[in-house]
Amino acid sequence: MAAQAPAINVRDLSKTYEVPVREGGLGAALKSLVQRQTRHVEAVKQISFAVAPGEIVGFLGPNGAGKTTSLKMLSGLLHPSGGQGRVLGFEPFKRQRDFLRQITLVMGNRNQLLWDIPVIDSFERNRAIYRLERSAYRQTVEELTALLDLAALLDKPVRNLSLGERMKCEIAAALLHKPQVLFLDEPTIGLDVTMQRRIRAFLTEYNQRYGATVLLTSHYMADVEALCKRVVVIHHGLLLFDGQLTELVQRFSPHKTIIVELENGHGDLGNYGEIVASSEGRVSLRVPKAETAQVTGRLLSEQPVLDLTVEDPPIEDVIEEVFERA
Amino acid sequence: MRGLADIYTTLFRTDLAVQFQYRAAMAIWLIGRIVDTLVFLSVWTAVARSKGGQVGDFSSGDFAAYYIVMMMMGHLTFTWFMYEFEYRVRSGAFSPLLLQPLHPVHRDIAQNISYKFLTLAVMLPTVGLMVWIFDPVFDPPTWAIWAAIPVVLLAFLMRFFVEWALALVALWTTRTAAANQLYFAALLFFSGQMAPLSLLPEWLQTLAAILPFRWMLAFPTELLLGRLTPTEVLWGAATQVAWLGLSWGIMAAVWSRGVRRYSAVGS
Repeated sequence: MAAQAPAINVRDLSKTYEVPVREGGLGAALKSLVQRQTRHVEAVKQISFAVAPGEIVGFLGPNGAGKTTSLKMLSGLLHPSGGQGRVLGFEPFKRQRDFLRQITLVMGNRNQLLWDIPVIDSFERNRAIYRLERSAYRQTVEELTALLDLAALLDKPVRNLSLGERMKCEIAAALLHKPQVLFLDEPTIGLDVTMQRRIRAFLTEYNQRYGATVLLTSHYMADVEALCKRVVVIHHGLLLFDGQLTELVQRFSPHKTIIVELENGHGDLGNYGEIVASSEGRVSLRVPKAETAQVTGRLLSEQPVLDLTVEDPPIEDVIEEVFERA
Repeated sequence: MRGLADIYTTLFRTDLAVQFQYRAAMAIWLIGRIVDTLVFLSVWTAVARSKGGQVGDFSSGDFAAYYIVMMMMGHLTFTWFMYEFEYRVRSGAFSPLLLQPLHPVHRDIAQNISYKFLTLAVMLPTVGLMVWIFDPVFDPPTWAIWAAIPVVLLAFLMRFFVEWALALVALWTTRTAAANQLYFAALLFFSGQMAPLSLLPEWLQTLAAILPFRWMLAFPTELLLGRLTPTEVLWGAATQVAWLGLSWGIMAAVWSRGVRRYSAVGS
């Protein structure tokens, strides 16, 4: 059986911005009138990866790594300077209607809903613009209303909604046309934990129900852990890692965390590993991965252990380690 | 085609709802438009009176009719995109428009028409009041009123596309205010808003006939005042069609280049 064509296929994708350079002060301002100086900033440098239909991939990197630039290129907002990104077989920057009808880009800090009118009226505009069948549209609205708990919000003007409520409505508006590919840039930014959880659960459900492909950036590792088996990590525009999240932890974290609870409160465990936390009789020790088994054995034989667990370090720490090494 | 009709009616309906939220802002805009007209009208009727009741071929009653019709033409054809595009590009509000399967010009046409539709409710009584106060001489032949329907529509479309194309300059530089000012100064002078064009020196009238502004405002106004012969109207409408074609072509060319430029630079 032939392998399924990837939904997103990125080959050597690059983006270089031309940025004006000017020092402060009036003199420099006058000089720039005569001789404009620019420099080139490489935001994305020849990155390559592919995403299979129906896959959810986390796109990680610190601020300024090139994540948003990449998403903009893949959704058709930015023209690549080099290489190629193909989405559902289309070249995004051409922004053909058949392409635009099958994708969506949600940016957590931008809004598309009209501020002054009820949410349902903005939905109605999208129905017309995307030329959706009325019956299919009504059904989608019903489904999204149920999944995101929107019933009480649809008749309210957008300006009267809280940030979280607005974000749910933004996401629903972006999905009315049932896109096959979702580009989500920080979809949970600024939301409280409950709302973040709700959005995550929704995205999982949407992905399973419609088989949609999702490329997602987030600074909340909880998003990534809950949604993405696979992650692509970029830093300074370069691709650092592409693989399973578990593999990322394996490869980049040379440590494990052993959490021990002792019968007699806590004794001195400093010679077993680095103590990273200690409270109410529970001590967290950081030990080199290769020594985990040996340290565990020693702890169990030498100390009055009530409980012991071995964990991978928090994903935030692993990511930090990746960036530090880069 | 049915899809596009649905898009237009939906956009029109929702835009109306949005405009309703800005009644006070709209009233202030309208007052500005009416005050402009009153200033020109008062100045020219005063000049006419001081010259024994007549300036060129305009009596004070003619001036009243001219400026009342001119006010309506200005209202029916004006757009605000040259101000708005700069904001759209700077704020990033332009990006979502690019990702929808609809050329943004359609949204703007629907929004413009919905605004005009709503504000007619204020403009028409204002016209009535001005007619009562200024006693204009208004007696056009019936054919001129019928001919005004396509001529005003052409004036609206050509002005729309000229200004939309110029607004796209914001995709290159977001400091468009100065360039806009130049355009509006030329519009004020060559469209016949400052003074009826027949009162200008010959060479300025020739220049005005070459530039697009006359065909946006003065031409439909003169037609509705019964100051044009049928042949002049046909020539004028042909000139409008030519400008419409040209501005459409320029808009399309500027659009594709501007978007390429925007997508090279980002928002």
